[in-house]
Amino acid sequence: MHIDPLEKKWAYAAVGIAGLFVGIILIDALFHGINAPSNVETIDSASLHLSEEFDEDNLGVQVDESGTITIRMVAGRYGFYPKHITVPADTSLTFRWVSMDVLHGVHMPMTNMSTMIVPGYVAQVTTTLPKPGEYPLLCNEYCGIGHDHMWSNVSVVAKEHWTAPGKAPSKGGQDND
Amino acid sequence: MIDVVTKKLAFCHLWVAFGAFLLACFMGEYQVLERSGFIPAIESPSVYFASVSTHGVLMAFVLTTFFIMGFGYVVATTSLKQPIWNPQWAWAGFGISSFGTVLAAIPLLTGKASVLYTFYPPIIGHWMFYVGATLLIVGSWLWCVIMIMMMREWKQANPGAPVPLAMFATAGNALLWLWTSAGVALEVLFQLIPMALGWMDTLDPGLARTLFAWTLHPIVYFWLIPAYTAFYVLVPKQAGGYLFSDEIARAAFVVLIVFALPIGFHHLYMDPEQAKGWKLLHGVGTFVVSLPTFITGFSVIASLEIAGRLRGGKGLFGWIGSLPWRNPMVLSVILALLMLILGGFGGLVNASYAMNAMIHNTAWVPGHFHLIFAGTTVIMYFAIAYYLWPIMAGKPLFSKDMALVQLWTWFIGMTILTTPWHVLGLLGQPRRISGVEYNSLLTLAWDPYELAMIFGGLVMLGSACLFVYNLAMTHRSQEVFEGEIEYAEPIHPVTDLPEYLNDFTLWNKVIAGLMALSFGVPILQFFFMKTFGSSAWGF
Repeated sequence: MHIDPLEKKWAYAAVGIAGLFVGIILIDALFHGINAPSNVETIDSASLHLSEEFDEDNLGVQVDESGTITIRMVAGRYGFYPKHITVPADTSLTFRWVSMDVLHGVHMPMTNMSTMIVPGYVAQVTTTLPKPGEYPLLCNEYCGIGHDHMWSNVSVVAKEHWTAPGKAPSKGGQDND
Repeated sequence: MIDVVTKKLAFCHLWVAFGAFLLACFMGEYQVLERSGFIPAIESPSVYFASVSTHGVLMAFVLTTFFIMGFGYVVATTSLKQPIWNPQWAWAGFGISSFGTVLAAIPLLTGKASVLYTFYPPIIGHWMFYVGATLLIVGSWLWCVIMIMMMREWKQANPGAPVPLAMFATAGNALLWLWTSAGVALEVLFQLIPMALGWMDTLDPGLARTLFAWTLHPIVYFWLIPAYTAFYVLVPKQAGGYLFSDEIARAAFVVLIVFALPIGFHHLYMDPEQAKGWKLLHGVGTFVVSLPTFITGFSVIASLEIAGRLRGGKGLFGWIGSLPWRNPMVLSVILALLMLILGGFGGLVNASYAMNAMIHNTAWVPGHFHLIFAGTTVIMYFAIAYYLWPIMAGKPLFSKDMALVQLWTWFIGMTILTTPWHVLGLLGQPRRISGVEYNSLLTLAWDPYELAMIFGGLVMLGSACLFVYNLAMTHRSQEVFEGEIEYAEPIHPVTDLPEYLNDFTLWNKVIAGLMALSFGVPILQFFFMKTFGSSAWGF
């Protein structure tokens, strides 16, 4: 079998390039904890309203005793509920997303808040939003003819201007215009 | 010499492929116009999503499968110099696939299966769509069997001799497709069809997505391998030179085929139903499968350099200018490589586990796959068609100049279309929206890019029309053309080829092992953990 020496060198270079990328990804994932949303947690999407966690009163931003911020959101044709939330910048936020009907996806442009929302599963994303401002949450997976209209709003406010919401968070139904 | 049966089979397959392609090109231009929102009169999400679903099925399933089958028959008979094994099976395969295409087209065009070509349960379309798509694949399985049998017969008749590289790649692709299509076949047969017919009340979308991910990556290589085959076995000869290395080409095809399969979870990076360890494993495999492309790029450019220097090119870059740029095959490979480099860069971003979050399901993704599929892959389908048509029809190509204009405009149109598409993704625009309804300042930045995309699409539509017109007019010519398919010779003749580079038996077992490793637990988990099914939804 004949392999040209130049080709051999290039093959080593290619393995080196791919190896470098794999190395960076593995170091980030294993040592810095940078991972895709992958919590493999099931939930009955047909009875979210009866579930403790995603009952209407529990949706939106909540802060527990230790100061951890969790945002529970329901995706359903055609919106993300609650329709508007306010969160602090520069703070670790844990989003927990469920679908009440079909497949959805959500991302906040210019941030790495992105996940698929698969019915039957809870999608969890932990991230920090560095820049205050008004952001949309956009549905990025085809979910039916009204898919274009599926979006809602997030206000990211500077940490010092943000106050934790009381026990009864927003109940949805707010106008998003 | 191509025998009559092969010519007939090839023309039938290729015309179905390119007919579907042209129709889908018109839909593509309509879609880019509709989603821009610049012409309120044509705004209609229901027409748009019916069109997107049809465009996807025609381009990704019909164009590709029929093209690959037709080209495969030509490669098998001409490289092995033996007739088609069991032509009745070949015609049966063509019949089943064509019937499936029609069956799927009816609900698609009437808006009863606007579920996109990726299906997305629990949204369920009309059962005819799923049955039709299944038949399209079942017909192609007959082709796979014929390719594998022909290679086996040739090996029995020529013990110890290296299987011609063109056939090695084609039979490998047949094996790849059997493995690839199994995932989606399981999804359609056990989840979608029973659900669409009302035999089942719920299905698990997590399992459905996992099975589809099994298919979703290697299917791309099924489409790409004919292009790579042309790179290795047709291009060097057309450029006036030799293939740089036959053995390395075989090794590249083997790695491509084996590692295309166990890596589908890079489509599920953002999904909650699979754990991070599995995603990382598939992510590493994704980088392994980039290696044969690195190697192919090197080999093809080296082959071109040999040709350029044989034609009198001097200096570090002088050989590039002395290449026969007016040969459609040579022009195509140059343009294909340019698009592969850009598209490959985008692909590395997609493949990068964490970076993927920034572009997942944004406009970046269709920008990427149009560049690499409709760009690199389809431009080689054009080149192959321009090469085969005169030989098969026995008539000269209607217009070589038109072919060159067509290839350049396809490349230029693709650049104008996909560059803004990528940018829109970085600006946060989701893919698969039929219009911009978000009341957000962000969307103001999107408009100029939409305008550029419409123009790029228009250039490509014109190019597609030129392509089909040129082929159709070739049939009407009165002149006679005599030619044979000429496969490139390697600079160093292949002598002692190890059996693992001349046969797929070993690799088939390796694939089985890798698939069990990378998909075994991720599929079985759905049967061991407490899951909740979803009922069917309309759209």
